[in-house]
Amino acid sequence: MNAAIRSSLPREVAPAGLDQPLPLPGSAAGTKARSGLAISVRSLEKNYGERQVLRGLSLDIARGSFVAIVGRSGCGKSTLLRLVAGLERADGGKLDVGTASCACEQRPDIRLMFQDARLLPWKSVIDNVRLGLPRSALPAARAALRDVGLEDRARDWPAALSGGQRQRVALARALVHRPQLLLLDEPLGALDALTRIEMHALIERLWREHGFTAVLVTHDVQEAVALADRVVVIEDGTIGLDQTVALPRPRARGSQAFAALEDRVLTQVLQQYADRPDAPASLEEQADALRLASVRWVI
Amino acid sequence: MSATASSNRSWQRFGSGILPWLLPLLILAGWEHSARSGLLSTRVLPEPWAVAKAAWHLVQTGELWSNLKVSAGRAFAGLAIGGGLGLLLGLLTGLFVPAQVALDSTLQMLRNIPPLAMIPLVILWFGIDEGAKLFLVALGVFFPLYLNTFHGIRTVDRNLIEMARSYGLSGWRLYRDVILPGALPSILVGLRFSLGLMWVLLIVAETISSSSGIGYMTMNAREFLQTDVVLVGILLYALLGKIADVAAKGLERVCLRWHPSYQ
Ligand SMILES: Nc1ncnc2c1ncn2[C@@H]1O[C@H](COP(=O)(O)OP(=O)(O)OP(=O)(O)O)[C@@H](O)[C@H]1O
Ligand SMILES: [Mg+2]
Repeated sequence: MNAAIRSSLPREVAPAGLDQPLPLPGSAAGTKARSGLAISVRSLEKNYGERQVLRGLSLDIARGSFVAIVGRSGCGKSTLLRLVAGLERADGGKLDVGTASCACEQRPDIRLMFQDARLLPWKSVIDNVRLGLPRSALPAARAALRDVGLEDRARDWPAALSGGQRQRVALARALVHRPQLLLLDEPLGALDALTRIEMHALIERLWREHGFTAVLVTHDVQEAVALADRVVVIEDGTIGLDQTVALPRPRARGSQAFAALEDRVLTQVLQQYADRPDAPASLEEQADALRLASVRWVI
Repeated sequence: MSATASSNRSWQRFGSGILPWLLPLLILAGWEHSARSGLLSTRVLPEPWAVAKAAWHLVQTGELWSNLKVSAGRAFAGLAIGGGLGLLLGLLTGLFVPAQVALDSTLQMLRNIPPLAMIPLVILWFGIDEGAKLFLVALGVFFPLYLNTFHGIRTVDRNLIEMARSYGLSGWRLYRDVILPGALPSILVGLRFSLGLMWVLLIVAETISSSSGIGYMTMNAREFLQTDVVLVGILLYALLGKIADVAAKGLERVCLRWHPSYQ
């Protein structure tokens, strides 16, 4: 079924390994053959007035990999994504996306999915999906909607959709452009736990099929560990932890390896939290209080 | 029990269909009665039946139609000139910062002048011919449309604009697909305000001086103490106002189909 859908989409570069069952990559090593854009960030700086948000942040993201970024609220995760997407300019450092250096102009091969769906309320779902594309893109837009399971809502107004459906439309809108790099800025923050898990499966499936590079910003450590090849913790404007997640997919959230990784990332984030002057308790107490399977949304 | 419930409901439906008409009908009946019994002098208020007859007479002589045409023509010409200009300038100042810097503070100052306060000047400038009426109407409808267009454009969700830009929309397509539709609810509110003001200003302008139009018809009738014709004129204004309002609402319903409050 997926093969049929894919072949109906116009596509220049078919990602390698698409048509056979995917030997998928628990690690970045397995993703070498995939398509997608690589990102290289070197001592990136970004200030808003006096406030230094990013201070010499360096990060390399391999083509076709799935990287999750976590960190405290206000640590600059969205800022990093907006810089990569070319919505903002850096104040220093070097940012290469694919072959072009600095994504300063709008590039159709990079798509950013915002925390709110940002659908145009005066356009029908299908017209939202083919925003910025000529009429001839209609079949592709339909196919993208089918991909996210909303083909039958094509003619509805966005106001008539639920929150999760709106995010799926936004995802379809990003996918019609066949992006080589998909940036996801907490796209599931406003959804309930069940819908989130459904969306995780959807995003993972689309990532496998389309072969783009995915960068996901999230507050949910479990989400990060469930989806990503690598989890990066940002603290004080630089990378605090860079954790490879070498679990086979699909990932069982209950497994011990999973919990251990989740624990590790969470401890790092909590440490940040403990370092704050107004932190309420010592690190040990915190870690004890939050035996981690039960609490995931501390950040 | 369910029978009583359903009969209750049908009573409710019947009641809500009839009830709003009850009071006007009662007033009409009371009016007719007091006019016939001589309680109410024809000089003050003619009986409803006489008003209907006067209206019919005016229809037959063609006077009603020709005056109506003149008045509606003035109203819509004024709306087209003043409203069009307001829309244009609102778009200009809303979209281009230099235009805003150059024009907006002046326009904000001018908007504090009530259009009716301009009447003496208007008469001096235009005399009492068509120009004066058009000017007054155009002046009145200009500001609601200008202000609401400007405000509508300025309050279009920045996030949506950013999103559209990142999807490669720019220039005219950005205006057409994002900024104008986003400003449309506010522009339509401005239009409704303008329509309301349009009739008020037209009535005043026509009452002061004219040789045709509904205002002329009523003022003329006043001189001959034809209160029934005066009343026909008043009711015509009310009718025109209502039609304009219904049209504006219809326009909103069509243009804002996507809006949750119209679904
Ligand atoms: N346009 C702006 N002007 C001024 N300051 C800004 C602007 N955008 C972001 N900031 C500041 O930069 C810092 C990082 O913001 P950013 O949105 O990247 O945080 P974040 O990590 O995405 O947080 P969250 O998880 O809450 O979304 C914050 O302190 C914020 O106040
Ligand atoms: Mg953010």
